[in-house]
Amino acid sequence: MTQLDKTRWDVIVVGGGNAGLCAAIEAAETGARVLILESAPKPYRGGNSRHTRNFRCMHRGPLSVLTGSYEEDEYFDDLIRVTKGKTDEHLARMTIRTSEECLPWMEAHGVAFQKSLSGTLSLSRTNAFFLGGGKALVNAYYNTAQDLGVTVAYEAEVKHVVVEEGRFQGLDVLIGGSETRIEGRALVLASGGFQADLDWLADAWGPAARNFLIRGTPYNRGVVLRDMLDQGADSVGDPTQCHAVAIDGRAAKFDGGIVTRLDCVPFSVVVNKDGERFYDEGEDVWPKRYAIWGRLVAAQPDQVAYSIIDSKSINNFMPSVFPPETADTLDGLAQKLGLPGTKLRETVTAFNEACQNGTFMPTELDGLSTNGLTPEKTNWARPIDTPPYYGYSLRPGVTFTYLGLKVDDTARVSGPTGRFANIWAAGEIMAGSILGEGYLAGFGMTIGTVFGRIAGQEAAKHVA
Amino acid sequence: MSLDTTPALTPVDEARRQVEICNACRYCEGYCAVFPSAFSQRAFSDGDITQLANLCHNCRGCYYACQYTEPHEFALNLPAALAEVRVESWERYAWPKGFARLFQESGVALAGALVVGIALLFFALTALTPEAGEGFYAYLSHGAMVAIFTPAFLLPLVAVGIGLHRYWRDVDGRPITFAHLKSAFQDAARLKNLSGGAANGCNFEDGDRYSQARRHAHHAVMYGFLLCFASTSSGTVLHYGFGMEAPYSLFSLPKLLGVPGGILLTIGATYLVWLKTKADPDLGAASVWGGEMAFVLLLGATGATGLALYAATGTSWVAPLLAIHLGTVLAFFVTTPYSKMVHGFYRLAALIRDAQRPSGAV
Repeated sequence: MTQLDKTRWDVIVVGGGNAGLCAAIEAAETGARVLILESAPKPYRGGNSRHTRNFRCMHRGPLSVLTGSYEEDEYFDDLIRVTKGKTDEHLARMTIRTSEECLPWMEAHGVAFQKSLSGTLSLSRTNAFFLGGGKALVNAYYNTAQDLGVTVAYEAEVKHVVVEEGRFQGLDVLIGGSETRIEGRALVLASGGFQADLDWLADAWGPAARNFLIRGTPYNRGVVLRDMLDQGADSVGDPTQCHAVAIDGRAAKFDGGIVTRLDCVPFSVVVNKDGERFYDEGEDVWPKRYAIWGRLVAAQPDQVAYSIIDSKSINNFMPSVFPPETADTLDGLAQKLGLPGTKLRETVTAFNEACQNGTFMPTELDGLSTNGLTPEKTNWARPIDTPPYYGYSLRPGVTFTYLGLKVDDTARVSGPTGRFANIWAAGEIMAGSILGEGYLAGFGMTIGTVFGRIAGQEAAKHVA
Repeated sequence: MSLDTTPALTPVDEARRQVEICNACRYCEGYCAVFPSAFSQRAFSDGDITQLANLCHNCRGCYYACQYTEPHEFALNLPAALAEVRVESWERYAWPKGFARLFQESGVALAGALVVGIALLFFALTALTPEAGEGFYAYLSHGAMVAIFTPAFLLPLVAVGIGLHRYWRDVDGRPITFAHLKSAFQDAARLKNLSGGAANGCNFEDGDRYSQARRHAHHAVMYGFLLCFASTSSGTVLHYGFGMEAPYSLFSLPKLLGVPGGILLTIGATYLVWLKTKADPDLGAASVWGGEMAFVLLLGATGATGLALYAATGTSWVAPLLAIHLGTVLAFFVTTPYSKMVHGFYRLAALIRDAQRPSGAV
């Protein structure tokens, strides 16, 4: 570790997740001397990439595990739909087009793919799943980087980027309790968003954000992002927004990952802590609604809600990691969940009376709607009347933040006097350039891979 | 975790805790048969967990890919959890019971069995020297060999059969069809569950790097062992069916099967031992590491001593090497129901049971 400051590195990569690793590998393949500074300890390396599971990929015909074709226009339309047009069309289309050549590159650099996971069949054409998930991908890239001679420093926290006259000179890094200046000729910033900095989140969103859960790594604190913004780097993305989904309210504050998802909402009634319903639980299938519910729950008192089902529905969705609260009566369940029993009973009774006859079809929009209720439940509305009753708490789980560094199509970061001479950015720290709102499954890894590779190539070209 | 005061779970309960977390994640679905099997259920009985444990080949792919390993609070280590259940299940099903704990856990006990086996054979050679006979039978009569090895072979098979019967009852096994057997034997013959699925092999001797080394080493041992077994069987057929007695020439069936078999077995076992010294013991059943190591060495020794015996043909080394080889084989056979050797039987049973699972049920 002590030798890190004795070397003048060709390329320094800040952040050892997917984007940083792609950049490091590309640069090292040209023969450059590359250093990765990863703020997490080794078991938690890889940032949010370790929680990911797939890569959204354009393909004009069957490609590896992907079936059929998924062409540029369809991909772009999907992006426009989720972002409601908040994207940079030039960067977005370039990302989409480049994704096709990325998949074989990923395989050549150690990533193994599998067909889509059970319960995600709707993604088998558009998304290539990593065998074992994102941590297996991260492991593969670290091995590839190691074989290419890349140096990795763990628990290395970059505090400050030293920029003189638009040119990166070095980094102030906290390693092993002491601050060190590490010098390099080119810099790739791939250190993610700021969602793990609860103070920043609270500043941006309001004090309610302190009750949010962070689904991913506790190491994405946005230190480098803030340092760059303070030095006048151009930013992109709404600084007040984060992407949040509704997850199991009992999940840990950080790093709960995929298992904290709860798929029961469409088959339930959801009440706030006062026992009142507040939104149509059956508006659409859950994969299209879980992000909306993050915001809905965030708007409720204490940022918490409760999803209530009865024994008819317990097998209609993927099992949860924490077992539900269970009781033979609604009063008993209310007591266990800390809800006002009388109010919960009133809400459920009113809901049950508004249910109508019809055929329940759990995997499609069945049109089984309530009648005369505010708000209505427009699909999968069956009376909650068959004990035992089950209850789950819901909280907003933050996935990522939108504010980031603005980059051009060579991944170069710009500042007060135009483009920085030797600073590039990739991954979540610049994803706001393309993803202004919403989310498209697997697109974060696409942005990270495409821009990570470009940043690594460009940085290597600069020092060649 | 040091402040954790929750009482330790039994191996089955701990594995159940972990499998339930896996069932909410499912990222590992592509590695091996354990995951599709687990993900076809929502609740896991003790028998279900035992079945998953015996289906697990300890390829470790899921451990290195897992985002919930320590220091994460979920503290998943599925390969170790299932290994503990597996070992405990073999102990529970063994008949008689006590031997299993002894030979699974204690490499010293297995070594002791080896010494006893060899000593017995030396004694037999001394006490039962035949008056006349050719080849090996000049040292120990054919009748004496049969008298020693027939029970030493058949009784352990009976014990294994009793254990398998208990297993089948616990995992709710159904009547077995040819299709089940075909599927199970195909998987076993290719060691499909050590292949890593879409990955190139498993994670064993080199951390999270995939490698085919363990699969290849195991192939060498398994096929080496089967060739040796076929060699002995062919000798028996030649002896009784055609009146052709040992020793056999190099171009006879017993030698054509036995020599390559012995070489494969010896090399494979040596390779496995070396790999095992490189692997992380915390991803297996730590308590039986010594017993497993001793077992692989014993298995390799059956091949190596057999080759040595063949090489010594015509020298004064034949008598002692015969005692050593036959003693090794004897120790191997007698401890089979209680050593790591049972894994082959239970794995096959688990693969047959898995073939009975309706496919595509999620």
